[in-house]
Amino acid sequence: MSPGEVGLRTAGQGVVLRGVEKRFGDVVAVQPMDLEVRPGELMVLVGPSGCGKSTLLRLIAGLETPTSGEVWIGERRVDEVEPGARDVAMVFQSYALYPHMTVARNLGFGLRVRGTPRPELERRVAETAAALELGDLLERKPGQLSGGQRQRVALGRAMVRDPGVFLFDEPLSNLDAELRLRTRDEIAALHRRLGTTMVFVTHDQVEALSLGQRVAVMDRGRLQQVGTPDEIYRRPHNLFVAGFVGSPPINRMPLSRDGGGRLAGGPFALAGPPGPDRATLAVRPEDIAVAGPGEADGDASGGEADSSAVWGSGDGSGSIRAGDFRSTVLRVEMLGSEQLVHLDGPGDAAWVARASPALRVAPGDRVSVSVAWERSHLFGADGRREEGVPRPAGRQVS
Amino acid sequence: MADHGIAPRMARGLLLAGACLVMASPFLWMGLTSLMGQLEVFSGGSMLPRVPRWSNYPEALTAQPFARYFLNSLVFATAVAAGQVATSATAGYAFARIDFPGRNGLFMLFLSTMMVPAVVVLIPRFLVIDALDWIDTYQGLISTELVSVWGIFLMRQYFRTVPRELEDAARVDGAGHLRIFWSVGLPLAKPAVATLALFAFVDAWKNLLWPLLVTRSMEMRVVEVGIAAFHSTYEINWPYQMAAGVAAVLPIALLFLFTQRYFVRGIQLEGIR
Repeated sequence: MSPGEVGLRTAGQGVVLRGVEKRFGDVVAVQPMDLEVRPGELMVLVGPSGCGKSTLLRLIAGLETPTSGEVWIGERRVDEVEPGARDVAMVFQSYALYPHMTVARNLGFGLRVRGTPRPELERRVAETAAALELGDLLERKPGQLSGGQRQRVALGRAMVRDPGVFLFDEPLSNLDAELRLRTRDEIAALHRRLGTTMVFVTHDQVEALSLGQRVAVMDRGRLQQVGTPDEIYRRPHNLFVAGFVGSPPINRMPLSRDGGGRLAGGPFALAGPPGPDRATLAVRPEDIAVAGPGEADGDASGGEADSSAVWGSGDGSGSIRAGDFRSTVLRVEMLGSEQLVHLDGPGDAAWVARASPALRVAPGDRVSVSVAWERSHLFGADGRREEGVPRPAGRQVS
Repeated sequence: MADHGIAPRMARGLLLAGACLVMASPFLWMGLTSLMGQLEVFSGGSMLPRVPRWSNYPEALTAQPFARYFLNSLVFATAVAAGQVATSATAGYAFARIDFPGRNGLFMLFLSTMMVPAVVVLIPRFLVIDALDWIDTYQGLISTELVSVWGIFLMRQYFRTVPRELEDAARVDGAGHLRIFWSVGLPLAKPAVATLALFAFVDAWKNLLWPLLVTRSMEMRVVEVGIAAFHSTYEINWPYQMAAGVAAVLPIALLFLFTQRYFVRGIQLEGIR
């Protein structure tokens, strides 16, 4: 598609939320929060269902009124402004196409309501339809369209109005996997061409990281972290963000302060920060390396593993130290370009390692496992990130 | 519990046939009586007319100005149906979709009026119409029939099934309540509108009591009142009355043939009438 040829304006409007809160009776859907979406930015709101992300989007759209706080779009405060007067367009999860209207009338409805002169209305509908390759479907009703086609009509209905801000409420969740990927790319391309501000809601963290220029992670009505996908993934502000983003999920190990002042748990004893008595060590599956039994020095029953381990996504800097603990392989998932090695450990935990498909391990094998400490994370008892890299203060034998 | 055997199917068929006969017998009786002579009705012999007297029909329908009655019935029933659709659709939409203070309380109040038997409000209605000097006029006949709480309930329930996202989409598109009602809600509520219009029309068509009360002249009479008029203090002309009855039922029967599915839908909602 080539939406850039539609002749739409290419400047978006910024969206600013100041102290916005939304309550439904006693239920707090959105805790007081500040959020800024920059002009022309594609911001993704992500979180588990019920976290308030859709409510936040509806607050921006004007479909809900904030209990307190201010909503600004561009230079205008809009929290008392009707949705139709906010210069926003929205694509709904169910597409919300008017079932009794043809595709052409669906596309033109917003313009008709605004009293756009007929020749201009027809021109814009035709241009949008051409850009989205809907030209042959204009006389059909939504019931006669496939899921993907409906999705495009919904997108077209938003585009045709040339809004300052596009709002997407989980628009891909009703598509099959292949179409979802394609549409995701199309939305990204649309954003590159239009340069319009877009706010995109999803519960899918992969979608969020791949689509968003910045990502806002929400949980239980609270904004947990706002940042670039890289920041969200590599420097999660808290345990929730660390656990929510990434698949398979980040590996965790609860730690508590031992007599020697170290944070200990399972096979680990860390020279942790002075503060908390309890903490959680979190390591991404690609930041632990498994050395197969054949590659380990000595058999599974004895000695330190000092291996030429096959690193996960290790950068080869030598920062992954072999033999942090030993464990038994529970299960191996071969995914083609990589494999996931499920471990019976460390301690009572069950960690997963992402490994090269070249690694030869089988269930029941005793393996040596190393942690890339400089890429691991430590979270305090309140779940907040503890700054600094956890360092092993001495190894316990598992 | 499969009942695909011959015996259960036959039993069910017989039961249904019996029920059909019970339902149809008054109509059959009406049809047969309409073809009898005046004395033959009471002869107590066969239920079948000895010689069908087709002339009963033209005679009955010209004994009184039935053409005028049919026109009056048509005006009355059409106006009532149109009026009830207009009031029920707008009120139903408001109750379903517009948040206003006291909405639920007001709706319960509306519903509670369904518990008041229609006969109880007959006299107050008559007094109002009389005070307005509308006795024996179309406006007197029609005006108090224009609102149906059942219709409001029906439309409200239907509007509640219209996905809210459609309304949200229309709001973001810039539409207000009236526009959403007209362009989105009402077109989607067509089945409910058809059901309501049909039931309102049929109810008005067969209404005897109210037209009997507020009409006096022959010019304002409706068909039902005309049929009742064959039933005077000293004489009952059964064959004529039945012939006029058959003529009055025919338009409704025809309507039913073409709109059966809306009738069925209405009957599914009938539990609350």
